[in-house]
Amino acid sequence: MKVALFVTCLVDQLCPNVGMATVEVLERAGCDVTFDERQTCCGQPAFNTGYRKEARKFAERFIEIFETSDAEAIVIPSGSCTSMVKHFHEVFEGDAEWRERADRIAAKTHELSSFLVNVLDVDEVGAISNGKATWHDACHGLRDLGVHDEPRRLLNKVDGLEFVEMENADVCCGFGGTFSVKFPEISAGILDNKIEMIEKSGADTVVACDASCLMQIAGRLSRISSRVQVKHIAEILASQE
Amino acid sequence: MSTTHATSETFDRNARAALADPVLHGALRNLADSFVVRRRNAIASAGDWEDLRERARSIKDETLLHLDEYLERFTENAEKAGSTIHWARDGKEACEIVLGLVRAQNANMVVKAKSMAGEEIHLNEALEAAGIEPVETDLGEWIIQLAGETPSHIVVPAIHKTKQQIADLFVEKVGIEKTDNVDVLTQTARRILRQRFAEAQVGISGVNFGVAETGTILILENEGNIRLTTSLTKTHIAVMGIEKVIPKFADLDVFLKLLPRSGTGQRLTAYQSLITGVKNNADDIGPDELHIVMLDNGRSRMLAHPLTRQSLACIRCGACLNACPVYQQIGGHAYGSVYPGPIGAVITPQLFGLSKAKQLPYASSLCGACREVCPVKIDIPALLLHLRSEIAEGSTRESQPTRKLGESIAFRMYSRIWSRSGTYALSIRAARLAQRFVARNGKIGKVSGMLALLVPPLGAWTERRDAPVVAPKSFREMWREKKK
Repeated sequence: MKVALFVTCLVDQLCPNVGMATVEVLERAGCDVTFDERQTCCGQPAFNTGYRKEARKFAERFIEIFETSDAEAIVIPSGSCTSMVKHFHEVFEGDAEWRERADRIAAKTHELSSFLVNVLDVDEVGAISNGKATWHDACHGLRDLGVHDEPRRLLNKVDGLEFVEMENADVCCGFGGTFSVKFPEISAGILDNKIEMIEKSGADTVVACDASCLMQIAGRLSRISSRVQVKHIAEILASQE
Repeated sequence: MSTTHATSETFDRNARAALADPVLHGALRNLADSFVVRRRNAIASAGDWEDLRERARSIKDETLLHLDEYLERFTENAEKAGSTIHWARDGKEACEIVLGLVRAQNANMVVKAKSMAGEEIHLNEALEAAGIEPVETDLGEWIIQLAGETPSHIVVPAIHKTKQQIADLFVEKVGIEKTDNVDVLTQTARRILRQRFAEAQVGISGVNFGVAETGTILILENEGNIRLTTSLTKTHIAVMGIEKVIPKFADLDVFLKLLPRSGTGQRLTAYQSLITGVKNNADDIGPDELHIVMLDNGRSRMLAHPLTRQSLACIRCGACLNACPVYQQIGGHAYGSVYPGPIGAVITPQLFGLSKAKQLPYASSLCGACREVCPVKIDIPALLLHLRSEIAEGSTRESQPTRKLGESIAFRMYSRIWSRSGTYALSIRAARLAQRFVARNGKIGKVSGMLALLVPPLGAWTERRDAPVVAPKSFREMWREKKK
């Protein structure tokens, strides 16, 4: 299947290896991956802070770029950015033509783990890893897209990896975009609870489908010199060691 | 506690004070540990929970769409049963109506059942100012009245207090011996409150549901104090938000399954008082007069917009507070409003003005836990986003500007620079250069001093967390190399 990758700005700049891992996993699952270099950001920071005009600019760009692609699906290694694409129609209030274009693009856009399991019907991608991993449900993936079982199925099929559930896996990590810097103390308080659950699970790696949550979680783990690592699910699935 | 008089305008400061309060943190731990778990267990016994939520929401939607008709039917039937209906445009009018009714009875004290509408219109202050003593009879409400505080939760008003704090309060205010025995505390409250019930001529309550078909009001509780408030007194005054009306008696079936389970994790509350008018015979139990004060106070304004209308579907169960990671951190007082938590962040700005509560819609990570537990499926995150856009784009309804200049410039720049790949790539190169001054070992540690002042988000982020650095090679560069 021909797949257009929207890599997200965070992955592009902060953790490009996650992008390369996503390509690797998709290719292993039999996809022909394309990447349009005109892409930048989905505009979620503007939308979530209330700047809809600014968010609309990003939405228009996104739609224009991906409309030129002949790929059957758009895949994003992020539940949050995928959810933003599903919300695009909201920035085109009262503009029927753009709304329709937004809906058409949204209908073929998928978060990575959901795409593998629900579209390709693949839950094994030949990954080999070791150690003990736990899963953090990123809120938008979980509650906007309904992604819950998919990453767990994928992780359970990774050769050599032990999967453990942490308590409150479905509770927010406290990131919330601009929330994390508007109210840093509240954000960090919520994060501390998450860190406690991660540590309690006994896992050596915490896995999620969003670079944003991982940045938040990693930021605290690093500050307290924890031995726990963070990994994007694409990195685990691409792993061969 | 200094947070008593916190206002929603100082949310950030209130929140910081709450976070620094270890006793509050201990008290709030109970929320997640007990209420969330109890709710989860209780909804398992309700049959098809999703179907119930759908039905409840559609009943509310239908009612709100034709609220004028249902209100007319409700008042007509309530009056037929002997109730007197009063209309209050705002809180001040509602208080005046209540004061007039109490004065007509020559009463200098009233017993009160827990009522969020009463809190909303600051009825206690109005009564006190008129020389009438309000006696809260719900245990939690009585505790915070003794402490001179406001409720911090819609359902559990004294959730912010520990057992020890309450015991100390009783020692100080009602003069009991020092104890940590909960039974002794509740028996003390019971003894004192029974005496007040015996003296009272007038009882004031709220309303959970008003049934249009019969003119009945329903009030739910666990302590029996509402039953006493509404039946022992000669005059019962019920303050009812206009959105509390539902069409049919049979609709209660749905709401009685949803509300106790969502609120306290009970299958049903211990008491359900269904009150239809006044008594028919002198020998019957119940008041001689029932006055229902219909309160608008900004509600009809919320009806106008199809998105914000759903805010009025709220049945005040408090489940969204319990589930909210933000509320769990800071408690209710930080919101500076009688309606705290996620639903409070939605309702407060709409009832009292965006410019008075412009931080509240941002006091959420938009995680959606509130929407997930809401028994009437209110899309709280969507409402928060809507209010944020009204704030950011400058609502025309507000007397004061809500926009933040610095932020709006930053977002305009972000959209100009980042929506194009050329300028986007340039900005990343610039960031790569700039981070050399702060990055150590591939991360950015605590940033303070001038830099934190110049780049506030960086200072805010790195106070408790390390920040990542821009990678030496971006994905697009790696991709180009791979394709060569």
